[in-house]
Amino acid sequence: MDIIKQIESEHLRLDIPEFKAGDTVKVHYRIVEGEKERIQVFQGAVLRRRRGTTNASFTVRKISDGVGVERVFPTNSPFIDNVEIVSEGKVRRSRIYYLRNLRGKAARIKSKQIWE
Amino acid sequence: MPKKLGILGKKLGMTRIFKDDGSVCCVTVIQAGPCPVMQIKTQDKEGYNALQLGYDAIAERKVNKPMKGHMAKAGKDLYRHLREFPIDGVDGYELGQEITVDIFSAGEKVKVTGTSKGKGFQGVMKRHNFSGSRASHGAEKVHRVPGSIGNATYPGRVWKNKKMPGQMGNARVTLSNVEIIDVRPEDNVLVVKGQVPGPNNGFVMIRKNG
Repeated sequence: MDIIKQIESEHLRLDIPEFKAGDTVKVHYRIVEGEKERIQVFQGAVLRRRRGTTNASFTVRKISDGVGVERVFPTNSPFIDNVEIVSEGKVRRSRIYYLRNLRGKAARIKSKQIWE
Repeated sequence: MPKKLGILGKKLGMTRIFKDDGSVCCVTVIQAGPCPVMQIKTQDKEGYNALQLGYDAIAERKVNKPMKGHMAKAGKDLYRHLREFPIDGVDGYELGQEITVDIFSAGEKVKVTGTSKGKGFQGVMKRHNFSGSRASHGAEKVHRVPGSIGNATYPGRVWKNKKMPGQMGNARVTLSNVEIIDVRPEDNVLVVKGQVPGPNNGFVMIRKNG
């Protein structure tokens, strides 16, 4: 089993910052179109983080033109250029799926105050 | 019959990794070798050329006397598994020489043989992917039955190889064109793409594709 863990550890990204469900993040994702490569930014609230080694992933939700869009990123994918934390959210659970049923003002997440 | 050298090993388990181009790849990790040559069979003596390899060293008390005498000739440990690999020429090989994962390289296609997980006596739906019959509309006690298994006076019998219920799994399975993703000689480990027959810690054989 140790060899499997060792192989997995070689594929982990240690440069991805720590963030939690409820945080607002900007994911800079590398997209290859034919020969060209460009970076797409996806900004939204983190719905959940799935822990693990190479299996780890996180879901980001944003409202685009009035339509909710969710995207799942593998946390250790080489396609992720970097993850920028815009603000830390104050939420009570680790899976904030209730956000899917809320619209507009109700869908706001309280941001964490530094002095708290 | 292609004559290619191979190696013996143990399936450690599966994981998933990222390839160089960034795509995700499910892989099986196999502990393979080093396998000493236990016997060299030659055209002159046995009528064909082959190498017998050993894998998985065991204690002396677990080996019976005839096997002990056979394995002592190589001057190595005693092994649980002995397997023969027919090859074209045995020149350059000597008794006790260790075959390691170095004979393979990343990107190569190989054959992997193992014993599949036993599923017991299974019906046709699980064993042969039959579709079964209706859950309702008058169906009674016939939800998973195979249906008709033949015709009438002609042929008056059931065709050979008709798919019927029976033992599923626990059989020798060979996969060909399995891609090697990584070779790690320092750990004696092969990383191959996709699944490999058998449970974790199951015995597997890896041969060059031919």
